[in-house]
Amino acid sequence: MAEITLVEAARRAALQEMRRDPSIWVLGEDVARGGLFGQYRGFLEEFGESRIVSTPISESVIMGAGLGAALVGTRPIIEMRIFDFVMCAMDELVNQVAKVRYMFGGQAKPAVVIRMPHGIWRNSAAQHSQMLESWFTHIPGLVVVVPSTPADTAGLLVTALRSDDPVLFFDPKNLFPLTGEVPEVIAPIPFGQARHARRGDDLTIVTWSAIVPQVEEAAGMLAARGIAADVLDLRTLWPWDEAAVVASVARTGRLLVVHEAVTTGGFGAEVVARVIERLGTAQVKAVARLGQPRVPVPFAPPLEDALKVDTAKVVAAAEALMRS
Amino acid sequence: MTGTGDNRARLLALYTTMCRIRAFEETALAAHKAGEIPGPLHVSIGQEGVAAGLCLNLRLDDRITSNHRGHGHALAKGAGVAGMMEELFGRAGGHCRGKGGSMHIADFSVGMLGANGVVAGGIPIAVGAAQGLKLLGSDAIVACFFGDGAINRGPFLEGLNWAALYRLPVLFVCEDNGVAAFTATASVTAGPGVAARAASLGVPGVTVDGNDAAAVDAAASRLVAEIRAGSGPQLLHATTYRLTGHTSTDPAAWRLAADVEAARAAEPIGRLRDRLLAEGIAAAELDGIRGEALAEMSAARAAALTAPWPDPAVAWEDVQDCGAMQGAD
Ligand SMILES: Cc1ncc(C[n+]2csc(CCOP(=O)(O)OP(=O)(O)O)c2C)c(N)n1
Repeated sequence: MAEITLVEAARRAALQEMRRDPSIWVLGEDVARGGLFGQYRGFLEEFGESRIVSTPISESVIMGAGLGAALVGTRPIIEMRIFDFVMCAMDELVNQVAKVRYMFGGQAKPAVVIRMPHGIWRNSAAQHSQMLESWFTHIPGLVVVVPSTPADTAGLLVTALRSDDPVLFFDPKNLFPLTGEVPEVIAPIPFGQARHARRGDDLTIVTWSAIVPQVEEAAGMLAARGIAADVLDLRTLWPWDEAAVVASVARTGRLLVVHEAVTTGGFGAEVVARVIERLGTAQVKAVARLGQPRVPVPFAPPLEDALKVDTAKVVAAAEALMRS
Repeated sequence: MTGTGDNRARLLALYTTMCRIRAFEETALAAHKAGEIPGPLHVSIGQEGVAAGLCLNLRLDDRITSNHRGHGHALAKGAGVAGMMEELFGRAGGHCRGKGGSMHIADFSVGMLGANGVVAGGIPIAVGAAQGLKLLGSDAIVACFFGDGAINRGPFLEGLNWAALYRLPVLFVCEDNGVAAFTATASVTAGPGVAARAASLGVPGVTVDGNDAAAVDAAASRLVAEIRAGSGPQLLHATTYRLTGHTSTDPAAWRLAADVEAARAAEPIGRLRDRLLAEGIAAAELDGIRGEALAEMSAARAAALTAPWPDPAVAWEDVQDCGAMQGAD
């Protein structure tokens, strides 16, 4: 085990899998220079220009070419640079990648991994900070992965690169410097299994992606105040670990979902609705969602801070939920 | 093409493919009018010369991508007729098990990577398929069919630039019937046209009379050979005419009767027929080819009409491996 950063964990996972499987290759802007965040540092030297393809700023074709290459039997990593640019490739993603297997009656195997570093990061303002992961859970055909630790990032990326499904891999870019232990040989982590980050019986907190460390910090502060939170990091949103969440809420009776994305229409709504459908209203004493207000991410640090979810807001939301 | 005999055989092959496409389209139109085929149906009557001339030059392991008007491309690439007709009818034995329909016909077993319901949607996929084939060390090439309407979408610019940049084995085929749905393409397209646009992106383009199947064949033969030998991408601009409406229910009444009449006189099957007659092929032989094609398609229609519908359970299949059942209730 080595203590490495999250971005290095992602780099090692891709490296391991590309050494194992020569059909894996990378396409995206600046990937031959190591990628915007160093996720592909050293890859050009090892794998050459045919497998590490720096592309023009042509998101439609980055996405669509990745799909076409998958249809003839290769396994592309489609690097979107920053999540927000996937909007320039929406037809290729939603109408093509997500649909070909179904529309063609199972003839197509769209085995692509689409990497999209997302979330609030270094005051990048409204077009470089979005968290729209809930959109993609709504689209049949796609797997949605939202890791928050170095080990999970590595293990889930390995699974993604061995999957025949199109996988949307939301790298949590604000957590790239976060360090943690990652095994030398990275084993796949199955999709759809939450990480039980903390155990407690008073309330269940469900969370994912870049906000997870602050939720864990908040859980520590709550414990000091006598509130024991059961914290589940979903790690993947489609599929998601409904069983673990339902079991936890069945015990605690209280559910708080925390995500960095806008609350309205966020995946938290789906989690809450499903839990109530499964358990019925009698077993669930209180539910709440904590996310951003429904406004774009602003630039100025005090404005950004005012809107974004943080540890103090998580503590306050949990305490309010305990009173209700 | 060596001797006269070979040339005749080639012309007859073109004629046969065109007759089969025409017969398929006419049969499908009739079946749609009779209420046997649901959903939108775009036929390519009048445009058969492009599909036939082009695909005669492709190998089984070459790939094609197509658009919403894709029956002819699929047939010419060798897709099975029964599976195509059943797909139009939404039956279990369709190439896509009844889940795609006319607009999403695909037959991967013959390298037909899919029609497409989104204009220009096939361009990025074709480019990527070529890139993948190159990575795999194959010398197969990709032919990418699209209409003149597609050249005003971004993926055309992105895709041609990309293909030129990586010298990919793609033949872009712009099937120019002069209209995009109900709009004359010239009225919404600036500049000197598709071949010039392609050339400006480093993709050499040639224009050919798409209603002259032999001319399409000759041009494609040269281009395919060059591309397979490593020339990088090229573009074939084939002019043609859509003799019917945009969809099966569109009378295209806005067109000038004189224009339609002139187009009928120039349609590709009659033209090749005249040439074959002039070369001494008996009319009876040509009639026989046409008759056989019609019989083949009528039989396919009759079979599709009584073929089983897909089991409703099929609607849940082939969504994805992981997580398909979670949202299925
Ligand atoms: C992106 C997109 N916009 C609009 C449409 C609706 N539409 C379907 S076919 C068509 C016309 C396409 O013209 P062209 O590409 O020249 O092909 P043709 O129909 O002439 O064969 C339009 C506008 C579509 N399918 N996709």
